[in-house]
Amino acid sequence: MRQPEQELAEIKSMMERSTRFLTLSGLSGILAGTYALIAAGIAYTWIYYPEVPYGSNIDKISDEGIVGKLLITALIVLLLSIGTAWVMSQNNSKKKATKFWTPASKRFIQALFIPIAIGGVFCLALISRGHLAVVAPATLIFYGLGLLNASHFTHNDIKYLGYCQLVLGVISAFLPGFGLLTWSLGFGVLHIIYGAMMYYKYDR
Amino acid sequence: MKGNYDKAFENVVRLRVMSILMVNDEFDFNSFKELLDVTDGNLASHLKNLEKQEYISVAKSFLGRKPLTNYSATAQGKAAFQDHLEFLENLIKENKT
Repeated sequence: MRQPEQELAEIKSMMERSTRFLTLSGLSGILAGTYALIAAGIAYTWIYYPEVPYGSNIDKISDEGIVGKLLITALIVLLLSIGTAWVMSQNNSKKKATKFWTPASKRFIQALFIPIAIGGVFCLALISRGHLAVVAPATLIFYGLGLLNASHFTHNDIKYLGYCQLVLGVISAFLPGFGLLTWSLGFGVLHIIYGAMMYYKYDR
Repeated sequence: MKGNYDKAFENVVRLRVMSILMVNDEFDFNSFKELLDVTDGNLASHLKNLEKQEYISVAKSFLGRKPLTNYSATAQGKAAFQDHLEFLENLIKENKT
C-alpha cells in the first residue's frame, strides 16, 4: 500500500485536474490588456481629440458614425483577445503535456461566455435605446460576473479579477463621462496585471 | 478504526477513476483515457471491475455517429469511496500521534 498522504494527494490532484481548466495562458491576458489599451487610445482620439483632455463629452458619442466605429473596434478587440487566449492556451497545454479540449475546459468556456453573451446582447439593446453612458459599466459588470462564474473551473485566482471588474463597473455606472477611462482600467490595466501575476505564478 | 480500506481502490487507476467521478456527474471513456494516460485495454478492465462491484454505472449513447460511453458513480460507490477516504484520514491522524 502507498503512503496515505500520497494517496490523498493523488485523489485531490485528480479531482482538480478533472474539473478545472488549468492551462489558461497568463501571457495572453497581458496581450488582451494591451489590445484593449490600444483600442481605448484610438477611441479616445475619436471622441475627445482635439478638445479638453477629459470630461463628459458624451454628447459627441451619440453621433451615429462614432458609435458604429467604436462597436467595430470593440468587436475586433474581443475577437483578437479570444483568439490569442485560445492559441496560447493550446500551446500551454502542449507544453504541460495535457489536453486542451477536456470536459473541464468546455465547462470553463460555457461558464464564462454565457454571462458575456447575454451581456453583449444587453449592451446592444442599451445602445439602440440611446443609453450610451451605461454601456461601458455594463460590459465590465457582465464580464466580472462571467469571470466569477468561471472561477469554479480554473485557477481560483480569476475570482479576484472578477471582483475588481465588478467594483469598477459599479463605480463607473455612477460616473457618466468616464466610461472610456474605467473601461481601459478594467479591460486594459487589470488584464495586464492579472496576466503577469498568472504568468509568474503558474506558467514559468 | 473508523473507515474501511477498500481493495477496489488499491489500484491507482481505479482510485483515480473514482476520484474523478466523485466531482464530475459523468465522465466519458476518452476523457478518462486522456487524463489518466492509460491504454484502452487497461482502462476498460479497471472500469469493468468497478462496474461489477456496482461502484459505477455505464450509459452508452451516440454523439453524432461516434459511440459515447459515459460513466458515473453510484450511491454505493460514493459511500465506499467516502469510507476509503475516512480510513486514509484516520491512518494519517494515528501516525501523527
